[in-house]
Amino acid sequence: MTVAAMAGEAAREPMLRYGVLAGTLAVLVVILFGVSLAVGYAPLDLPQALRDAASGRQTADGLVLIELRLPRALLGGLVGFSLGITGAALQGLMRNPLAEPGIIGVSGAAALGAVVVFYFGLAGTLALALPLGGIAGAIVATLMLYALAGRGAGTMTLILAGVAINSFAGALTALALNLSPNPYAALEIVFWLMGSLADRSLPYVWLVVPLMLIGWTLLLAAGPALDGLTLGEDTARSLGFDLDRLRWQLVGGAGLAVGSAVAVTGAIGFVGFVVPHLLRPLVGYRPGRLLFVSGLGGAALTLAADIAVRLLPTRPELKLGVVTAIIGAPFLFSLIYRLRGEE
Amino acid sequence: MHIEAQGIEVRFGATPLLRDVAFSVRTGEMIGLIGPNGAGKTTLLRVIANLRAPDSGTVRYDGRSAAGIGKRDLARRIAYLAQNAAVHWPMPIDTLVALGRLPHRRPLQGLNAADRDAIERAVAAADVAALRMRTIGEVSAGERMRVLLARALAVEADILLADEPIAALDSLHQLQVMDLLRTTARRGRGVVVVLHDLSLAARFCDRLVLLYGGGVLSEGSPRSVLTDDHLVRAYGVEMVRGEQDGLPFFLPRQAPAQAGQSHSNSA
Repeated sequence: MTVAAMAGEAAREPMLRYGVLAGTLAVLVVILFGVSLAVGYAPLDLPQALRDAASGRQTADGLVLIELRLPRALLGGLVGFSLGITGAALQGLMRNPLAEPGIIGVSGAAALGAVVVFYFGLAGTLALALPLGGIAGAIVATLMLYALAGRGAGTMTLILAGVAINSFAGALTALALNLSPNPYAALEIVFWLMGSLADRSLPYVWLVVPLMLIGWTLLLAAGPALDGLTLGEDTARSLGFDLDRLRWQLVGGAGLAVGSAVAVTGAIGFVGFVVPHLLRPLVGYRPGRLLFVSGLGGAALTLAADIAVRLLPTRPELKLGVVTAIIGAPFLFSLIYRLRGEE
Repeated sequence: MHIEAQGIEVRFGATPLLRDVAFSVRTGEMIGLIGPNGAGKTTLLRVIANLRAPDSGTVRYDGRSAAGIGKRDLARRIAYLAQNAAVHWPMPIDTLVALGRLPHRRPLQGLNAADRDAIERAVAAADVAALRMRTIGEVSAGERMRVLLARALAVEADILLADEPIAALDSLHQLQVMDLLRTTARRGRGVVVVLHDLSLAARFCDRLVLLYGGGVLSEGSPRSVLTDDHLVRAYGVEMVRGEQDGLPFFLPRQAPAQAGQSHSNSA
């Protein structure tokens, strides 16, 4: 499948310079980060809260800012960046605009890890039990990928292994719901699976930041190889790239970035799929160039969606994953509609 | 650079694709790799390009193994133009040609002056300057082939390996590309080109290698390789051959045995 025809129109437009694009997106992320700090249910005098927090005074405003708003805004940016950059990297690897971060099964397994923590009632025993469970799930899935699609395996084997892991994790998640001791526990699991940034504390942030940074580095370093892969596997290898290494570098990077993202927020769909797709024409369709800006775009979209769920009058608050899916699904329909003429 | 392959065996499962093939190319010469479908031309080209390890036999690059030279170095010294290469994203032509500079890239840096000069030379040589503002989705099959050739030329490697680069081209561009490949060889690079057009192979190549059934049936000057006997054995069809104004030509004649053969095959 090629996406040649549908994209011709967009590519004719004058190409935005990469720096301008990245700069604009970065400014947008900073602005949305500020708005995310300012928006919430508790009334907050933001300048006062900033002064209190800076001087270390334990005021109500300062506590709301540090304990509630700041982790939420930070996680919005971090999780969004992880989803965007991973989506771009996996679309580049699969050379398919329909790939998304969940395709290699790591996010399903991370969700299962957290569900297991719920199921055995461990969530209350340790503050970080949930994200640690999720990260453990992501690590197990990554190791399973290495075992199933060992060295020398092609991209197709990798996708199949991802599909297998995904459906197995889904089955075990359903089993946990099926056997859940009481309806309340089941409801808790279901709500968590919908994906949200609400009520996460700063230790969540410190837990995932190092993992995500390593993941992002691995993904960003794959940029030139993904550019080369545009011309197919033989040509990429003739340009000096080791595709085995590339695949495992991307699996490792995606596992760290998305695994830790899902571990703290649950499943937030479509960000990693929509954002690279929107930005691709603006970077001249270069998969390598797409990585960093997709991270920024993912951060902006996630922050914006999380601001929206707090501004909407719906109570209880809509889950972030529900909102991104509702925005994302029609986008997917339109993409399929445009792609269908190329088969 | 001098590439030398010896005793190359390649099997696909139990089926031998290449058996005991020897092949060499050095800078300054243009070699045509010819033979019927399934003779092993692409397999041999991929082995030489270090894209496929032979099941036995060795390929030496200036006397060293591929591992001894390193992927990156080898990528700067050998350019590979794949047959029917896919282009998976609708990139602008300029961006696509620039991918040929990837083996020369420095971490976190864009194209430098040397890269841009190489891209300009490649774009001019492959005659794709007029297409630069378009994307790869907006050009014809022949134009696309020339764009991909420009990408391969932009590597400015010692040796260019091209798998059927003129199959989709019109007569004028076939001539232009063959001329370009020969000029490339005259300027001190080595060219190995897989061809089906025997007339152009005879006219432009210094040396031909005729593969048949996974082995080298004949090798040498076009005159010594393209004999009636070799052609009938390799292609299973007699050729009408001749020369006009010093230009050799080969036209397939109906092979008398063909009807009976295809009948027995389908039985």
